Amino acid sequence: MSDILLRAEGITKRYGGILACDNVGIELRAGETHAVIGPNGAGKTTLLAQLAGEIAPDSGRIHLGARDVTDLRAPERAALGLGRSFQITSVFREFTTRQNVALAVQAHDGHSFRFWRKARTDAALIEPARAMLDRLGLGDRAGVPAALLSHGEQRQLELAMALATKPRVLLLDEPMAGMGAADSERMTQLLSALKSEAALLLVEHDMDAVFALADRITVMTYGRVIATGTPAEIRANQVVRDAYLGADEAA
Amino acid sequence: MERIVTIAVLIALAAVPLLASVFDAPFYLDLFGRVMIYAIAAISLNLIMGYGGMVSFGHAAFLGLGGYAVGILAKEGIDSGFVQWPLAIGSCALFALLTGLVVLRTSGAYFIMITLAFAQMLFFLFTSLAEYGGDDGLTIWTRSDFAGLIDLNDGASFYYLIFALLLACLGISARLIDSRFGMVLRGAKANERRMQAIGFPTFRYKLAAYTISGAMCGLAGALLANQAEFVGPSVLHWSRSGEILVMVVLGGMGGVAGPVLGAATYLLLSYFLADLTKHWAIIMGPLLILVVLFARGGLLGLLSGRRAKTDAP
Ligand SMILES: Nc1ncnc2c1ncn2[C@@H]1O[C@H](COP(=O)(O)OP(=O)(O)OP(=O)(O)O)[C@@H](O)[C@H]1O
Ligand SMILES: [Mg+2]
Repeated sequence: MSDILLRAEGITKRYGGILACDNVGIELRAGETHAVIGPNGAGKTTLLAQLAGEIAPDSGRIHLGARDVTDLRAPERAALGLGRSFQITSVFREFTTRQNVALAVQAHDGHSFRFWRKARTDAALIEPARAMLDRLGLGDRAGVPAALLSHGEQRQLELAMALATKPRVLLLDEPMAGMGAADSERMTQLLSALKSEAALLLVEHDMDAVFALADRITVMTYGRVIATGTPAEIRANQVVRDAYLGADEAA
Repeated sequence: MERIVTIAVLIALAAVPLLASVFDAPFYLDLFGRVMIYAIAAISLNLIMGYGGMVSFGHAAFLGLGGYAVGILAKEGIDSGFVQWPLAIGSCALFALLTGLVVLRTSGAYFIMITLAFAQMLFFLFTSLAEYGGDDGLTIWTRSDFAGLIDLNDGASFYYLIFALLLACLGISARLIDSRFGMVLRGAKANERRMQAIGFPTFRYKLAAYTISGAMCGLAGALLANQAEFVGPSVLHWSRSGEILVMVVLGGMGGVAGPVLGAATYLLLSYFLADLTKHWAIIMGPLLILVVLFARGGLLGLLSGRRAKTDAP
C-alpha cells in the first residue's frame, strides 16, 4: 500500500445539473503510468483539476502519499511534488521559451520575494531551464517567445514546465492534443523516458499512445469510472468496448 | 528605442529649471513639478496594472491619504518631513495591505468597483473630518521641513527633489519587474492558474505588489500636498483616480517610462487646451480613444516603434 503516491476516493463534483465526477476513485502507484480515457465530457479534466487542487470536490478525499491534501490549494500541492500540464496549452506567450521554464524552476527555488537581481540572468534559474530544454529537444528555441513556437513545440514546452518543477506525480491532460503523427510519436517517447522520474496520470484520446505507455487504464463515461485494469483487461472488457473503445475505433 | 525615448524625456525634465529661469517663467517649475508628481503616481499604478493586470480605479485614495498625512501632521504642528513622509508612505502601505486583502480576492470588473469603493470611503471620511477642513480641505501653511538638508520653499530645490524621486521610482520599478518578484507578477497577469499549478502562491505576491504600489503613490501624495500647500477631498475624488488611469493607458503599459509620458501628455495637453477652450475634454476624449485603438502600446509604444504586444488569450 505504501507505494501508492496519489489516491482519490469518492470524488464527486456537480455543475448545476451535470455530474462531472460521480464518486470517482483512482490510485496512482510509484513508477506507474496510469491512463484515464473516456469520451468528450466524461469528466477527465474535471478530475485532474480536483487532483491538482484547482477546484474543490463537493465530496471525497485526496491523498498525496500518506498525506490528506484535500484542503490544500494548487500551489501547496505543487510544493509537495504534484505537477500538471494543461489540455489547453497555457504557456506564457510573451516570455521566451527559456523564461517559461525558468519560471517553473523559480517556483521551487525558495520564495520569490526577491526584488533586485535580474531573473533573466540568474544562473540558478537559467541553467536548469537550459538543461530541461535541451533534454526535450527545444534547446535551439530557448530565446524565442513562446507565442512564436509551433503547436507541437508549445505542447513540449508545456511538458517542460511541468517537469521543471521536479514532480513526483505528474498529471498530464492530453499532452498529444492537436498533434500530428510524428509529434505524437516523439511525445510518446518522451513520456516513456519519464517513467523513472515520476508517476504519470495520463489523460489522452490518442489510443496508440495510451496502449504504448500505460501500465493501467481507467475508463470514465458520464463522470463515472466504468473500469480499471491493465491494457489487456481493458481491451477485453465488454462494457468498455460498448461504451467507448468500439465507437472510438470505428471513428 | 524605448531607452532613448525615456532618456530624452528625462533630459527635458531636468532642463526645465534652467529654461524657467532663463525665460523668467517660474510657473513652469510648478507645472512640470506637478507632471513629475503625477508621473510617480502613474508609475505606481502601472506597476500593478501594466505588470500585474490589476486595474485599480481607486489610486487617488493613496494620493489623498499621503497628502492628508502631511496636512494633518502640519496642522498639529509637526513640520518635520522626516516624520511626515515616512508616515504618509507608511499609512498608504498599510491601507493598501489591508484593503488588498479584500480587493485581491476579486478580479476584473469587481476589482475595479471595489478599489473604487474603498477610495470613496476615504473620500467621505475626509469630507466629514470637519477638524481637518472637511469639504473645504486643509491649507498647509508650512512645507515639510528637512532640517536644512533641502529647502522645499526654494522652487528649483523642490523641483530637483521631485526629479530625483521620480528617477528613484523609475529605477525601482525597472528593477522590480525584471526580478524574480516581477516575473511572478507578470506571470500571474498572463495566466494565474498556470502560476499556481507550477507552485506559486500568487496571492501574497500580488498583495506585496499592491502594497508597494500604494506606498509609492503615497509618496506622490506627500509631494503633491507640499507643492499645492493644500490637501482636500478633491485629491481623492474618483475622477482623480480616473485621471491617473488615463495617464497610464495613454503613456503605455509596456514599459516603465510609459506613465511618465502619459502624465506629461495628459497634464500639458489639458493645461494648454484649457487655455484654448473650456471644452478641452472634447479634444482629450477622442485623442485617448485614438491612442487606445491604434497604439495599444500607448505613446511609449508609438514613439519607440514597438508593435502591439501579443497578449495571451
Ligand atoms: N466550469 C464548468 N461549469 C459547468 N460545467 C462544466 C464546467 N467544467 C466542466 N463542465 C462540464 O462537466 C463535464 C465534464 O467536463 P470535462 O472537461 O471534465 O470533460 P473531459 O472528459 O475532460 O472532456 P474532453 O475529452 O472533451 O476534454 C462536461 O459536461 C462539461 O460540460
Ligand atoms: Mg478534458
